[in-house]
Amino acid sequence: MADEQRGVSEPAKPALWRRPAVRSLFFQLLLIAGIGFFGYTIFQNTLHNMQQRGISTGFGFLNSEAGFGILMTLIPFDETYTYGRTFLVGLLNTLLVASLGIIFATIIGFIMGVSRLSRNWIISRLATVYIEVFRNIPLLLQIMFWYFAVLRPLPGPRQSMIFNDTLFLNNRGLYMPSPIYEQGFWLVVVALLVAIVAAVLVARWAHKRQEATGQPFHTVYAAIGLVLGLPLLTFLMMGSPLSWDMPVLQRFNMGGGMVVIPELAALLVALSIYTGTFIAEAVRSGILAVSHGQTEAAHALGLRPGPTLRLVIIPQALRVIIPQLTSQYLNLTKNSSLATAIGYPDLVAVFAGTTLNQTGQAVEVIAMTMAVYLAISLSISLFMNWYNKRIQLVER
Amino acid sequence: MKKIHVIASAVALTAVMSSNAFAGATLDGVKKKGFVQCGVSTGLPGFSSADEKGNWSGLDVDVCRAVAAAVFGDAGKVKYTPLTAKERFTALQSGEIDMLSRNTTWTLTRDSSLGLNFAGVNYYDGQGFMVTKTLGVKSALELDGASFCIQAGTTTELNLADYFRANDMSYTPVTFDSSDETVKAFDAGRCDALTSDQSQLYALRIKLGNPDGAVVLPEVISKEPLGPVTAQGDDEWYKIVRWSLFAMLNAEELGINSGNVDELMSSADPNIRRLLGKEGIKGSGLGLPDSWATDIIKQVGNYAEAFERNVGMGSALKIARGQNALWNKGGLQYAPPIR
Ligand SMILES: N[C@@H](CCC(=O)N[C@@H](CS)C(=O)NCC(=O)O)C(=O)O
Repeated sequence: MADEQRGVSEPAKPALWRRPAVRSLFFQLLLIAGIGFFGYTIFQNTLHNMQQRGISTGFGFLNSEAGFGILMTLIPFDETYTYGRTFLVGLLNTLLVASLGIIFATIIGFIMGVSRLSRNWIISRLATVYIEVFRNIPLLLQIMFWYFAVLRPLPGPRQSMIFNDTLFLNNRGLYMPSPIYEQGFWLVVVALLVAIVAAVLVARWAHKRQEATGQPFHTVYAAIGLVLGLPLLTFLMMGSPLSWDMPVLQRFNMGGGMVVIPELAALLVALSIYTGTFIAEAVRSGILAVSHGQTEAAHALGLRPGPTLRLVIIPQALRVIIPQLTSQYLNLTKNSSLATAIGYPDLVAVFAGTTLNQTGQAVEVIAMTMAVYLAISLSISLFMNWYNKRIQLVER
Repeated sequence: MKKIHVIASAVALTAVMSSNAFAGATLDGVKKKGFVQCGVSTGLPGFSSADEKGNWSGLDVDVCRAVAAAVFGDAGKVKYTPLTAKERFTALQSGEIDMLSRNTTWTLTRDSSLGLNFAGVNYYDGQGFMVTKTLGVKSALELDGASFCIQAGTTTELNLADYFRANDMSYTPVTFDSSDETVKAFDAGRCDALTSDQSQLYALRIKLGNPDGAVVLPEVISKEPLGPVTAQGDDEWYKIVRWSLFAMLNAEELGINSGNVDELMSSADPNIRRLLGKEGIKGSGLGLPDSWATDIIKQVGNYAEAFERNVGMGSALKIARGQNALWNKGGLQYAPPIR
């Protein structure tokens, strides 16, 4: 290749169709066009044949009235809303359980991963048992177990366990007062935003000062003080513009207030505990990957074990942990679709379940559902890759 | 795993539909395979449920067996695919099953937009409610604000919403995939009532920890004509399923049953002779052997036998014939004549 190029390069350029770059571009375009045509034909054929067989096609159904109810909705919904709305309701429920699950699984995973390496025999054994047990039981079984384990012992609504006259726990869920925002509450929100911005500024200033003078600053305390204090002060000055809608017992169920349904609780517990085991292992392997010399060097510099872990080990371990964490987050999100087994109304249960069945438009509904999971997965990957780049070691 | 099933069916549907392999040849396919692939419920005593050995029985199962008897002269040549409510139509559309006989309600939407044909009605039903006795509820109209355990992808979901909207009451639906979980959740107190087609309530009540602790309320809030279904586009097969059911009904009407069919082979009654393939068009119109109806009656029995054995007085359900009596006995069951 190189010889040829050298031989022919100078005098006459080869004809357009002989240039490797042009050729490969041509064939690639041809391939893409071929695949595109293939996909298009399949799509058209499918639609045509489905129409011939009397199966409705198209996305028009998204605008028709759904006519069924959904257990838990984060946005207003009843049977008079459309099938399109059921998609949104399901999507939000999926996002809710996935994001809460990711947070809890990460917390559990980090604690357990570090505990497994603990020098305390009992703690490390407990962590090992946790990991080995929950990692090896199929998730679906765990979900079912928690669901019925949560449901069975709880009393009916009329015998609710009552805490402090505000929290009610029964087999329909955990009921709590829901806030009603009154006039002037927006100022509290503004105060919170201002406090967050201020906290970021303080953190930057403290960082710069430490770089310059080596003097540390209690950024965390200052930030907490700001973020809690400022809104609280505003709240009191505005004369507490907030009241509570209390749950009350009605004939069958509790009315009013907010509720955490047992389906959500069981699913969250199962997902977090299950995924937590994998994250714990990722954390452990990440920490073990950091050479012991680093710890010794940090100790030699006089750093205590806490700061050593926080400032020396974890930042380096994260480089190993993050990629594994990403795939666990993806798994958790996809596993959340097992919700349908216990009646938590996630996207798969509501949209790819009831809506699919009531409209019969399997191809469209499954295509939309798969697109959503793809989009969620890609977003998580992109974010984690960005974060991973950001925390890579920066040489100074 | 349910999820995987639905996705797989949807993918299969795309594959089948994109190639148009469907050419109206279900009967040929069935003959070549040597059995009828029949979609049934995942377990509903009396209608379709399997015993410990994996033998299926029930009123819906008997329709599958009747079709196999008509086609092969052997009611045993059936393979069963257990399906939840939400899996059933995709399974039929994608050709995974040859017919669906799974307490499925005949509605306009399903008949006109899912590419399905309802072959008849083997059980006239209506939606009802089951509550625990301790609740002290006597009528469905007292259920304002209650929670209901229901199954996803059913007419039950829609009727419930309609009923509460029409009566200006509020309700909370707790929706499960399979009847097993629906029952378990009701048993665990997750909801105040279980609602479904009334016959199914009696069937599911058997599965409760304490069946006597639950009562079925008197209200029936909908019409649920349940029947076998085939995929649209194969009229020949559709008619075979349809007339297999009609043969059972006509046999009851003519007083022919599995016990006396051999004797009646020599009957002089032209109606009986036509059904038993001695006279008239026999099996040729359906592309079946002349003994098609005789085989159904011999091996599966007439409609009354199937009813009593599976859901009637000879079963644990003890459902009275009611609307499912023949038209000349005060019921709705009516089959066109064999002639
Ligand atoms: N007839 C109604 C409802 C049928 C239905 O699925 N009923 C439930 C009762 S909870 C059932 O039979 N489930 C059995 C199963 O899922 O296998 C329909 O066609 O939509």
